[in-house]
Amino acid sequence: MAKKGWDEFEIGAMLRSFDGSIDDIAGTPQMDRDYSENSSYTASVADWRLIKPIFNKDYCIDCQFCWVYCPDVSIIARDKKMIGIDMDHCKGCGICVEVCPTNPKSLLMFPEQADEEAEIASWPAKNEEK
Amino acid sequence: MSEMKKIKNLKEFSTSADRFEGANLLCPGCAHSIIVREVLNATNDDLVLSASTGCLEVCTAVYPYTSWDASWIHIGFENGSTAVAGAEAMYKALKNKGRLKQPDRNPKFVSFAGDGASYDIGFQWISGCMERGHNMMHVVLDNEVYANTGGQRSSSTPIGASATTSPAGRVSYGEKRNKKDMVSIMASHHIPYSAQVSPNKWKDMVKKIQHGFAVDGPVFINAASPCTTEWKFDPKDTMTIADLATDSLVFPLYEIIDGRELNITYRPKNIVPVEDYLAAQGRFKHLFKDQYKYLIKEWQERIDDNWAYLQRREEARV
Repeated sequence: MAKKGWDEFEIGAMLRSFDGSIDDIAGTPQMDRDYSENSSYTASVADWRLIKPIFNKDYCIDCQFCWVYCPDVSIIARDKKMIGIDMDHCKGCGICVEVCPTNPKSLLMFPEQADEEAEIASWPAKNEEK
Repeated sequence: MSEMKKIKNLKEFSTSADRFEGANLLCPGCAHSIIVREVLNATNDDLVLSASTGCLEVCTAVYPYTSWDASWIHIGFENGSTAVAGAEAMYKALKNKGRLKQPDRNPKFVSFAGDGASYDIGFQWISGCMERGHNMMHVVLDNEVYANTGGQRSSSTPIGASATTSPAGRVSYGEKRNKKDMVSIMASHHIPYSAQVSPNKWKDMVKKIQHGFAVDGPVFINAASPCTTEWKFDPKDTMTIADLATDSLVFPLYEIIDGRELNITYRPKNIVPVEDYLAAQGRFKHLFKDQYKYLIKEWQERIDDNWAYLQRREEARV
């Protein structure tokens, strides 16, 4: 969206989240919605991140703790399964890793430039201490 | 649409379609959006929302973007609650006149505000909404400080916390007055439901929110919202701090029905010393100097006292 100048803002603004109309929004998953360019869903905060979470499906038990405690709606859950991370909206806070109950954790934080496949291949082993 | 959404476990809850979007500008690890998501996902009904000035409003409605997928309004610092109350009054009037296009949809009216906009600036407005008996819910995102403007103390800031207008230093230990007991004040309006919730106990929270949506009349919810920036802890520790807050009974979880009947909804199995809660946050770090250590003891006594009071009140049913 083109940026507006300081004197071009509307005094009272109304923004529409969707281009079309949605009758049952609570039953429409986010990927099926017709977002307008005014919805922040179409924006990205990926450049905020210094560290990023990487999801290892092998250890996930689909408890959905990461989904409920994610502040940025970045954990994608479909049909009671955790299927991945929305990297456009993740700010890299690391809450999902803290609340992950599995051993070893199925989510871990890595530097932003880390390669996902390489990190999953060298995933830490089970921690026996607890 | 109007029947209550069934949420038995977290897997079931995770099938909810969020009506709050990412790429808002809240800090990484902010508890505000966790609370908002848990509140909005507790129902499938339409929503009419407002936010008073504060972190939530500033960060979710940055022109030209909005992070809300429901009707949402922002007016001023103090009147987010009255904006929703007005919408509710209009809805009721149109319904009575039979002029609603879809009268069977049962929208829920929710206003969000920070503790600054509820405990201090919007206090009179909220009190008015509660007194007039609007069918709405007011949710306070209680981070105990004016986080949006740089961490000034509010009347929710607890004793000993260092805020920018009550800084800790050589002559002062920070904030000197204790936190206002807002839930009791609002319960004294004899509203049908008021409760204290915390985002880490999502099931307790969803249960209370659904109860609040089901009752007819004003509902007041005080939600603990650990603030990574002003409480000074690492963003990843938000839920750990919230756990410490509920388990040390600094934020006891309870509900007050009809302004009288108090129920404690969460009793920690192992009560954590308040010292652990204080030690986890940078805003209390000066309390661990020798000259201020007596304050930690006072903290513990105050929290024990409050817990005993809540239990006595629950038992007495008054």
